[in-house]
Amino acid sequence: MAKFRLPANSRIGEGRTWRGDGGANLKRFRVYRWNPDDGGNPQVDTYELDMDDCGPMVLDALIKIKNEIDPTLTFRRSCREGICGSCAMNIDGTNTLACTKGCDEVAGDIRVYPLPHMPVVKDLVPDLTHFYAQYASIRPWMRTQTPAPPDRERLQSPDDQAMIDQPSACILCACCSTACPSYWWNGDRYLGPAILLQAYRWIVDSRDEATGERLDDLEDPFKLYRCHTIFNCTKTCPKGLNPAKAIAEIKKLMLERRL
Amino acid sequence: MDLRTPIKNARGLGSAKNGVTHWWLQRVTAVALVPLVIWFAFSLASNAGGNHAEVTAWIASPLTAGLFILLIGTVFFHAQLGLQVVIEDYVHGKVAQLACLLAVKFLAFILAVTGILAVLRIALGG
Repeated sequence: MAKFRLPANSRIGEGRTWRGDGGANLKRFRVYRWNPDDGGNPQVDTYELDMDDCGPMVLDALIKIKNEIDPTLTFRRSCREGICGSCAMNIDGTNTLACTKGCDEVAGDIRVYPLPHMPVVKDLVPDLTHFYAQYASIRPWMRTQTPAPPDRERLQSPDDQAMIDQPSACILCACCSTACPSYWWNGDRYLGPAILLQAYRWIVDSRDEATGERLDDLEDPFKLYRCHTIFNCTKTCPKGLNPAKAIAEIKKLMLERRL
Repeated sequence: MDLRTPIKNARGLGSAKNGVTHWWLQRVTAVALVPLVIWFAFSLASNAGGNHAEVTAWIASPLTAGLFILLIGTVFFHAQLGLQVVIEDYVHGKVAQLACLLAVKFLAFILAVTGILAVLRIALGG
């Protein structure tokens, strides 16, 4: 049945407070901490930072904390410009990329948690193994019967390219899937918005010839139809994409081949 | 320790190749219910204050009886489609899920048949 409380070992306690040196522009970061090695429950540590001496983005603040205050703080990051998707986390209650979220966008304390409802590896690092496996399960590459022309690439019209512009801008950060209640409750079988957006990207690719098989693979009460058009995915996407619309388009195509 | 690969778990039992019919019927019955419910609401309002004989006479007319039966059938068919989704979403564990699904389906069927029989009895003067 649905669970209304966190499991006993997931309940969050109050952690350490790391006082800053003062400064006029003080900001408090409330950061989720959990270490698999110490056997304890997760806790929220508080770090005070002088924002006049810190970069503007939440990722800048996290890096400053790790470098100067508490080197045990663990998180993923790479490109720091919103294209790798590594630093996806829950900031101020919304899944987004720490590197593109400005600290001044948050009023009051900045709460930083890992992506919701995923197993936590440590601190802000969620285990995305199943998410990536689901991505691999849709076989996200071009499948054709016709061999590629020997002398050039497979061509497509600008209009056909426009169909996949948006979905191929997805960086697979998992913000949308981990914002989706359906994915929380049934993520073992439901593919979730990110993976369905990628499935759609290949379904509408004018060069791909496996459209029907792709639809066959998705036609399932759990893989696809757990989407109830909640729109959390579209609301949270840090790249401004619309996975909910892509899923609706897949459902329309499912019907189109019946009617 | 899980020795299965992540892909094995992600693929699971594969696609059920089913789901469109459920999704489509949910929408078709929703659309059908819009005029039916509006008709029902207006009819009830226009029968307000009528005595037993007047109301049963109204139900017994062929058009009313037909629409009434359609309304009852559509309401319960639509309701069990919707509740099925809620149960699949929230009730985990195969036994509990199956039990809930069967209970909802049986209850919807019993209520629909009962309602339709009541209309028929009035319409056919039983």
